[in-house]
Amino acid sequence: MAISRGLARRTVPEAADIISTVEFNHTGELLATGDKGGRVVIFQREPESKNAPHSQGEYDVYSTFQSHEPEFDYLKSLEIEEKINKIKWLPQQNAAHSLLSTNDKTIKLWKITERDKRPEGYNLKDEEGKLKDLSTVTSLQVPVLKPMDLMVEVSPRRVFANGHTYHINSISVNSDCETYMSADDLRINLWHLAITDRSFNIVDIKPANMEDLTEVITASEFHPHHCNLFVYSSSKGSLRLCDMRAAALCDKHSKLFEEPEDPSNRSFFSEIISSVSDVKFSHSGRYMLTRDYLTVKVWDLNMEARPIETYQVHDYLRSKLCSLYENDCIFDKFECAWNGSDSVIMTGAYNNFFRMFDRNTKRDVTLEASRESSKPRAVLKPRRVCVGGKRRRDDISVDSLDFTKKILHTAWHPAENIIAIAATNNLYIFQDKVNSEMH
Amino acid sequence: MPFQDGPAGAPRSGALEGSEGRMFARGLKRKSSEDAEDADGGVAGLPAAPSYTLQRQSLLDMSLVKLQLCHMLVEPNLCRSVLIANTVRQIQEEMTQDGTWRVVAPQAAGRAPLDRLVSTEILCRSGREQEGEGDCPLPDPAPGQAPRRPQSSPWGLDGSREGRGGFQKSLDHIFETLENKTPGSVEELFSDVDSSYYDLDAVLTGMVGGAPTGPGLPAFAPTAAAPPSSTCRSDLGELEHTVEILVET
Repeated sequence: MAISRGLARRTVPEAADIISTVEFNHTGELLATGDKGGRVVIFQREPESKNAPHSQGEYDVYSTFQSHEPEFDYLKSLEIEEKINKIKWLPQQNAAHSLLSTNDKTIKLWKITERDKRPEGYNLKDEEGKLKDLSTVTSLQVPVLKPMDLMVEVSPRRVFANGHTYHINSISVNSDCETYMSADDLRINLWHLAITDRSFNIVDIKPANMEDLTEVITASEFHPHHCNLFVYSSSKGSLRLCDMRAAALCDKHSKLFEEPEDPSNRSFFSEIISSVSDVKFSHSGRYMLTRDYLTVKVWDLNMEARPIETYQVHDYLRSKLCSLYENDCIFDKFECAWNGSDSVIMTGAYNNFFRMFDRNTKRDVTLEASRESSKPRAVLKPRRVCVGGKRRRDDISVDSLDFTKKILHTAWHPAENIIAIAATNNLYIFQDKVNSEMH
Repeated sequence: MPFQDGPAGAPRSGALEGSEGRMFARGLKRKSSEDAEDADGGVAGLPAAPSYTLQRQSLLDMSLVKLQLCHMLVEPNLCRSVLIANTVRQIQEEMTQDGTWRVVAPQAAGRAPLDRLVSTEILCRSGREQEGEGDCPLPDPAPGQAPRRPQSSPWGLDGSREGRGGFQKSLDHIFETLENKTPGSVEELFSDVDSSYYDLDAVLTGMVGGAPTGPGLPAFAPTAAAPPSSTCRSDLGELEHTVEILVET
């Protein structure tokens, strides 16, 4: 893949700048990122112009705003982080763009509008807005709209608060464009986009006795076409497809997707590594993609017994699970993504590596998102992790991997081969100019 | 961050799995041979592979430490806590089947004496004025931060034997709680500490935002690693401390 630009947010890394979510809008024209400091930065793709053939639709900063602020929960004496957990765009219905952004507790609806004209020629006030001396007004004029420098205005239109006791991990806009759901560790709520003072609880897995708690909700998403279907994943590695037509409370799933455990691989860490960190429907709506600690899996909605495809992301970590448990890396939540045609899937890994799997050719590639190895217009070189045996020149050994450099958040343009990779506090956008081969 | 996979660097075979029905991960991190002098008994020259029981006990100890940590300003990750608690239960179940449940072979890590670990946690709980000692000497670095003790391993055959009694008592208390689901009494150990603090299930309950469980001290749910964002903001810390004092009878 050719790199279009590596966009750094700051030269000195700060905790607040760590990117926590990345999301393209439905056309791919806009790319939103959220960070730990509660800010949202939106990038816009420049239209391709004949005059500058090298500037082929690159992304520039379009708007920056503070979405969430840190709060203090006085009842529990705990801070509520302002970190943006998820951003989801609403389908565009008029000239304005809208998105939902959420931290652990509160979801906000933001409206993004452009202003590129302003009225001039008022009768009663002058250009600065000061009232005119009426004696100087000798004739009346009709104010006209004159072009001005583009101004992007962002305003909060709704605040959906107090819906969640636990930490929100997902939001998903329904295909009906009127409702959306938000999921925390134990509950899922259904909201109407226009109503902020109430929501409907549609899933509740909180046990009567909290001592019996052994499983939590890790991710959830609405089906892209069927407005009554949604899926949620659990920390035990199962997926539950629910139909909202069946009952008001969808605690009983319509389908349960679970792969039987492999007895030969059983260890004390089996459950932890089976916990699903992300679930995404394919664009077609026929399949689901899940990410657990070591693999990505493709599931067919028509088959609950096991996934139809399993891809190893970094199986060389299987013998290191104890160390990864000790330093908490085993709890890292990686996301996964489909390309526009559902033929390629992508997910992040450690050492700023990310992996892509072609479902048709069964070939995969490991690439690195780092400034040292990327220059603008350069072609990314495939990387390889060697696990003993013959070692090639540029291979990285497992023991040299940097586990502090993790790519948790990735996004794929809905139609084109453009991907956005969040590497800690840096955002990389890669574009594919020619069909690149996968190894 | 290198991972030591064994003296020869080769992946170990699954010696601890299979026919016995035991489960343990392969390739456990072990002390390097320089630390072997700290080891007590049975280690000479190259460290021998720690026994399965030792490793399992170490995993249990590590998990318990992960669960009961210093107060956080931010509510901890429930998913992580549940997964760790499930791991503890798995180990406990296996140890119960083994009949090794009551075997006391605590493997203290090669760091500060364990009674200091426990007492430091009490210091953490009792207030912010002891900020200097309030940092828990935890072995587990936050994700994204470099490990504080990259090489010393909890698998070490022995750390300090001092203070082991105190820690083992509190571990026992947690095990009892797991079995009997009744809050054990630790009053004989720590009279001013809320006993439910060491109650594993109550810890889980506390994590999900229950009301303060004991007189005065809010049930801050402890987690192993400080998320990078939870810098102790002193103004909020003071406010919280003030609220604590006001709430205390």
